[in-house]
Amino acid sequence: MIENFIASLRVMGLGMLGIFAVAIVLVIIMKLLTHFFPADKKDELKG
Amino acid sequence: MAELTALFGNVTNLTWQMAVMWIVGGILIYLGIVKQMEPTLLVPMGFGAILVNLPMSGAITQTINGVVEEGPLDILFNAGIANELFLLLLFIGIGAMIDFTPLLACPQMMLFGAAAQFGIFFTLSLATLFGFNLQDAASVGIIGAADGPTSIFVADFFNSKYLGAIIVAAYSYMALVPIIQPPVIRMVTTKKERMIHMEYKAQDVSKTAKLLFPICITVVAGMIAPRSVSLVGFLMFGNLIRECGVLDTLSDTAQNVLANLVTLMLGLTVASQMLADAFLNLQTLAILLLGLFAFIFDTVGGVIFAKILNIFLKKKMNPMIGACGISAFPMSSRVITQMALKEDPTNIILMQAAGVNVSGQIASVIAGGLILTLIPRL
Repeated sequence: MIENFIASLRVMGLGMLGIFAVAIVLVIIMKLLTHFFPADKKDELKG
Repeated sequence: MAELTALFGNVTNLTWQMAVMWIVGGILIYLGIVKQMEPTLLVPMGFGAILVNLPMSGAITQTINGVVEEGPLDILFNAGIANELFLLLLFIGIGAMIDFTPLLACPQMMLFGAAAQFGIFFTLSLATLFGFNLQDAASVGIIGAADGPTSIFVADFFNSKYLGAIIVAAYSYMALVPIIQPPVIRMVTTKKERMIHMEYKAQDVSKTAKLLFPICITVVAGMIAPRSVSLVGFLMFGNLIRECGVLDTLSDTAQNVLANLVTLMLGLTVASQMLADAFLNLQTLAILLLGLFAFIFDTVGGVIFAKILNIFLKKKMNPMIGACGISAFPMSSRVITQMALKEDPTNIILMQAAGVNVSGQIASVIAGGLILTLIPRL
């Protein structure tokens, strides 16, 4: 049980680190997408 | 007399555990119909729980006189859940239902989605102290994602014997978001914090950005957590057919017919895992309890993250939006918006809450993928 618990703490650390790393990458991608492909009037008209 | 005995002899095979499962099934049907809690899933599940707990039920595989007679629910389970097919098809429907525009308009909301997955990992650790092995602990922890399909996917991937209990917990708590989240949020925030107004600048998002978004997310998620690529990929494919504008019929089918059909099959098939012998034990109670912890700590994780950010920000954020990082969409964002309005009728945080809520959809799938990648490596 203790062995599993210690391993789970590792999963918690790596998991939270991993999810924030992925989230940051996704934020950057979304920023780039909206920066390089801004909405124009044509888009707005199309909805 | 012998004929009568043959006709009613099966009644003697009834056990009290089966009767208890009928009550469990009845409660699920009651919650679905009367309380309108996830009826599309709870009603088939409840009915299925009764169906499989009839003595010598032909709905599941039975061995009669040494001959194995396969039951339709077990056949469906092996064909659709054991190989994750139903879940992936359901993800296409879910992807087609989600509008990611609020997230694309405010990408930093993605961080709240990440923070709100804390409960998953916290509960994973907690579950090991309850005696669960790492695989089962991970399957239990993922209940906190408030994402039924991901919970099933992870539990199924690890061949968890607690699949039935995990699904019941995942979907029940998802339906209980309006009851669970408000008191937890009030516990970790002050009235002053709950009244914080957030400025929303309506930002249009181009069609090109919306089109490229699902493709980019699939590539990134697949590169980082390849095990989750089918989950993310099917979700994003659903979103692509929604946004592309030339597949409206497919999008409509995925959102309605496909999602409804798979949910119907899923609910009924999952019941094959709700056999009295496997369901009525202390582990099921522990899973229900741990699932609740996972939900609570996901909510707390998101709110505390927002409070930490507020220390550094000039324009403070309403920390309640952090709680929307669980993926119960759109229920969680609705609950938080109503809470904000209750504290101050002029405080509208719907768009920010919706942005965080859709980020939770992505984050929970990624969390599931990370667990699938990390656990086998230990």
